[in-house]
Parts: sequence; C-alpha cells; structure tokens
Amino acid sequence: MKFRIVAGSSTSIYRQIADQVARFVATGDLAVGEPLPSIRGLAKELLINPNTVVKAYSDLVRDGIVETQAGRGFFVAKRRQVYSKSERLRRLDEAIQGLVNQAVSLDFSLDEVSQRTLDALQAAYQNISPKQ
Amino acid sequence: MSEISISANALTKYFGSRLVVDQVSFALPKGTVTGLIGLNGAGKTTTLRMLMGLLAPTRGHCEVLGVDSRSWTPEHRCRIGYTVEGHFLYSWMKVRESEFFQRKSFDRWNSVLFQQTIARFGISPDQVCGRLSRGQRAGVSLALTLCAEPDVLILDDPSLGLDPISRRALNATILDFVADGTRTVLLSTHMLDDVERVADRILLMVNSRILVDATLDAFCSRTCMWTVELDQNTIAPHSIPGLVHATQLGNRWQFAVVDSDQETESALSRLDGSNLQRHDGVFDEGVIAYLSRTRDNTSFLNAQTAGAR
Repeated sequence: MKFRIVAGSSTSIYRQIADQVARFVATGDLAVGEPLPSIRGLAKELLINPNTVVKAYSDLVRDGIVETQAGRGFFVAKRRQVYSKSERLRRLDEAIQGLVNQAVSLDFSLDEVSQRTLDALQAAYQNISPKQ
Repeated sequence: MSEISISANALTKYFGSRLVVDQVSFALPKGTVTGLIGLNGAGKTTTLRMLMGLLAPTRGHCEVLGVDSRSWTPEHRCRIGYTVEGHFLYSWMKVRESEFFQRKSFDRWNSVLFQQTIARFGISPDQVCGRLSRGQRAGVSLALTLCAEPDVLILDDPSLGLDPISRRALNATILDFVADGTRTVLLSTHMLDDVERVADRILLMVNSRILVDATLDAFCSRTCMWTVELDQNTIAPHSIPGLVHATQLGNRWQFAVVDSDQETESALSRLDGSNLQRHDGVFDEGVIAYLSRTRDNTSFLNAQTAGAR
C-alpha cells in the first residue's frame, strides 16, 4: 500500500489521499477493521501539512468508509451506506460516465472495454467477503 | 479563537511618495504555516522587514509574539528566526565557523539541530560558505536560524532558485519545525506547489494590499473555475456575480469565481455558450486568477467573510 500525491494537480491533495484510501478499501488492500496510517506518519511520508491528512480522513469518516476510535486512530469501517439509493445511483452514474468518456476518446472497442471492466469488477468483488 | 503569533494592523509604508504596503492587516494563529504569495514588487519583503522591526512603518503597527516590532529587546528578538532573501552568508567562513559566529548572539543554541539540518541538505561543516551551491547556502542559513530554537520563523522567499531536492529538504524542515503545534511559520514564496503541501493559510498580496487572507481549505472550497465555449470576444465582468478573473484561450473562456452560486451559474448560462463546466478546489489556478486581477482592488474573500480561523 503506497500513497502517491501530486501538488498543483486539478485534484486537491486531501481529495487525492481520500480517493486512494477508498481505492485501497475497494481493492481489499485495506481490510475492514485495519488501521489507516497515522496522521503524523502519513504527513511525514508524503511531506505535507498534517491538517491535510486530517481533512482527508474526516471526509472518509463522513462518507462512512472509515471510523475513528477515540485515542486509537482511524480504522476501515464495516461497509454501511450513508447515502440514499438515489444518491448512490447518481454517484455510480457519474463514475460510469467518466469511464465511458475515456473509453470512447481512447478508441477502444465495446468488447475490449466491457471485458476489462468486467475483469476489474470481478477481481474487486472477490476480495470483498460475502455479506454476513 | 487561538492565540495570535504574528499580526499586522493597518500596516502602511511609503518610500518617498511611492506606496509600497497599503493598510495591511492580518492575524496569524500560533501553530500555523502561512504562505505569503504575490508577484515581484507586491510588497512582501517590505511587509516582512517591518514585521522584523528592520523598517519603521509609515502608519499602522505590527506585532510578533505580542510585542510591537519597533520595541523588541535582544531577548525577544532571539525568539524570532528570520532568513533574508538570497540566504546571505560570509563567503570566507567555513560552515562550522559560521555556526560559531552566529551562536555568540543567542542565549539558546542547539548544535545537534544544526548538524541534522545541514546533513539534510548534504553539507559538511568543513565546506567554505563561498563555494556552496545555492541550495546548500539555503540549508546553512536555515540551520543557523533554527538552532536558536525560535518560536516564530519568518522566511523571505527561502525556495528561490532551489533544486527539487533542496526544496524537499526545506519543506521537511518547515514541517518538522511546526510539528508540535506551538511554533509558527510565515514564508513568502512563489512556489505554489510547496504552499499547497505545507501551508495552513495563505495571504495573497496584490499591488501592496492583501486581497485574500484565508485558510487553504476555505480558499480552495470557495474558489472555483468555470469554463465555457463562447463566440464573443468581450464580456462584461460585472454581469457575473463573484467573478475574480476571466481568461480567454481561443473561443474557450475560463472564469475564476468565488462563492459560486445559483446566480453565477445562471449568469454564465445566459452567456449562451456551449459546454459549460465547473471545476472545484483548484488551488494554483485560483491563486493565479487573483494575481492576474490587477484592475480592481476589492476582495471577495477576506478573513471576516471566510470565517476562516
């Protein structure tokens, strides 16, 4: 698990961190209950202001991806939905639209895109333990 | 509100009849890193020199650690570290001699910190100052300033002309300095990437005045970019609420807007262009929009309305 951030990008640094944590959770690199890197540790590693990490982590808590245990740090939360069905659909559609735009502009065929997307989805869903 | 470490109150400076700093006011809380950003000649160095008590203000006053900059005792001055632009060192001294020379002026002196800091910049104590690279000179000058263990650090363009490795070392040094939350940094710089990494707050200075005084977070969340494709070559700036700056590239217009709301969006859609898009939280583009905006000195974003503490 390696974080990478770029300053001066169109995505703010805290967003980049939050996105990467979300991705690590989605791919199973960070399992439910596992701790996130400490705020100071990550800030030192990435050479950024610790408040930026605080902001990223608190966004993740708000989105229900991470939970905080007083004095012990931040942990990957059990999957639960904080959004309504329509909001979840809207977010999913937004992400799909981004994929579609890229796929079309990079001239991939429908078969190639759907096969690769399916593979990625299957790999991700395999890592998620079945619902208890 | 937390304790204030550095403050300016209607600070004004004339050189002859030329206005260089115009009624600058700000209050920087303890434990924060503030980036002072502005074009060359905006008045940054003059502001820092007044804060350090090296120049008397024409009007207004400023304080560091609660004492007016014009009435510091030598003991108080020891609590404030300052590096000048260009990192001046005596060229005939060896690095260890410059440390020996500097420590005579201070009560407190942390030699271990000196060794650590110069090591971070890859410098040996036996090197001669006159033969150091610019980045190494910055390292020595920073080390000399930090060893006195000041509570406040004021750096005038420390990253000027530094290579990427030295800039990295500089950022790491600044973050270490503020790590325990009791010390405060104010640095003037042109490196927006570095500000985005290390700063909590920004002060944006344009034409001798502070146009933005906000936390980085408030600045990013309140400034957004709209792009639209238009066939016309002029637009009336006042027709768009919150407009900071508009730029044109071919038929593509970019509008930097503060506190974009429903009204902004409808004003933009009334322009009747195509492909109207919004981009949020872009720090460097937001800063550049403010710096490009020289016609009008009113600020849409200041400490009072940003609620940024």
